[in-house]
Amino acid sequence: MRTIKAYKRADGSVGIRNKVLVLPSVVCAAETARMIAGQVQGTVALQNHLGCGQIGEDAKMTVDTLVGLGRNPNVFGVLVVGLGCETARPHAVAEAIAASGKPVECVVIQELGGTLNTIREGVRLAMDLVQRASMEERVPCDAADLCVAVECGGSDPTSGIAANPSVGSACDRVVAAGGTVILSETTELIGAEHLLAKRAVAPEVGEALKAICRRMEQRAADMGTSLRGGNPSPGNIEGGLTTLEEKSLGCVHKAGTSPLQEVLPYGAAPTRKGLVMMDTPGFDIDSVTGMVAGGAQLCVFTTGLGTPVGNPIAPVIKVTGNPATYGRMRDNLDINAGRILEEGLSIDEMGEEIWREILAVAEGKQTRSEILGYCESSFWRCGTCV
Amino acid sequence: MATKEALRIADGDSVAVALTSLGEGEVVTVDSHTVLVCERIPVYHKFALKDIRAGEKVFKYGEIIGEAVTDIARGSHVHVHNVRSLRG
Repeated sequence: MRTIKAYKRADGSVGIRNKVLVLPSVVCAAETARMIAGQVQGTVALQNHLGCGQIGEDAKMTVDTLVGLGRNPNVFGVLVVGLGCETARPHAVAEAIAASGKPVECVVIQELGGTLNTIREGVRLAMDLVQRASMEERVPCDAADLCVAVECGGSDPTSGIAANPSVGSACDRVVAAGGTVILSETTELIGAEHLLAKRAVAPEVGEALKAICRRMEQRAADMGTSLRGGNPSPGNIEGGLTTLEEKSLGCVHKAGTSPLQEVLPYGAAPTRKGLVMMDTPGFDIDSVTGMVAGGAQLCVFTTGLGTPVGNPIAPVIKVTGNPATYGRMRDNLDINAGRILEEGLSIDEMGEEIWREILAVAEGKQTRSEILGYCESSFWRCGTCV
Repeated sequence: MATKEALRIADGDSVAVALTSLGEGEVVTVDSHTVLVCERIPVYHKFALKDIRAGEKVFKYGEIIGEAVTDIARGSHVHVHNVRSLRG
């Protein structure tokens, strides 16, 4: 068993960070949440632009995502900040997170009577959570409890030949250690889904994979358009990627070579170890947010063109396959897999280096996007605003 | 400096990826193929390893990445102006 020093949570899960999350249940409370977090060092406010004007599955998906983010093992405790009249009921969100055994508090602007009262109460509660969090210590945990999200954004042709295969090789090591890897970005499987479906552990898993790809294509058709207008993006095309199939065939490499265990809905927690697929859009931030809501403690993010983005809960390790991009944007990039192209390093050597970086970051090494304070989040939605 | 000028990812691919910017008139050897580059190929863009006819499937990673919309001569730039997606 490979051990990592991490935080053991009440529900048995393992966190690699020890965050106090200020979680707005609706966009109308998001500024107040940000003001509270701004006053209390050691907290992080989540960006939530939804939480109301939603119906049916769309409303449920947002609430499930909020709860999943609060339950992520990297989060020690949560302060939910609500307005009061929103669809995403703040006390219900708080209770669902608290069921995991972690400390959760809730303040509601309409109940407390305005901004100033909410900030005063919220700051007081957040301070107590931070103090309690500061008493937590890292203890030896099993690396099999790691759940790694993989993502690609700002891809170029080096992503498919250097960065993604290297991350795939690292993912094989995560799975060999008993851990979980979440692949996502359904859009960017289109044209490559048959390759992953062949590795499904059961025929119905392969069928589920093909079905989410068909649904993604159908959504564009229902709008009277095609995915081609937005994917590949203008930057992808300028970099040399011609079609969605070409991009997908490069993307799928980042999953490695493990069998596909299951296909998950957006934001849902895996029920099996090994490689799993989550249905998300190709849009990076929606995708990473979904995987973190599903419990990923860490994200490995490949980019050819370079991107600064991070996440409020999970550290993001940036890997580029483009040596020129690494030279230009070193402040945003952690690993230069472009050495495969420039120096002839093997995919396996880069995979080992990324695996070692995953373990180091799991034990507390800060990534570039963490140090620079990037904490984007956004939620996928499946319905119209009402 | 790149270790190779161009890369054919899988056997049977009809395109190669330029690992450095290639100029018109350069002769590039990719595996067993020797190709006269007939126009500028930006770094990491694709060029044809063989003559590809309009309507023919284009292969990279050993898989179909789209369909040629015009005849593409060996050594030409292969991109959005002469290949279309079949999906999405």
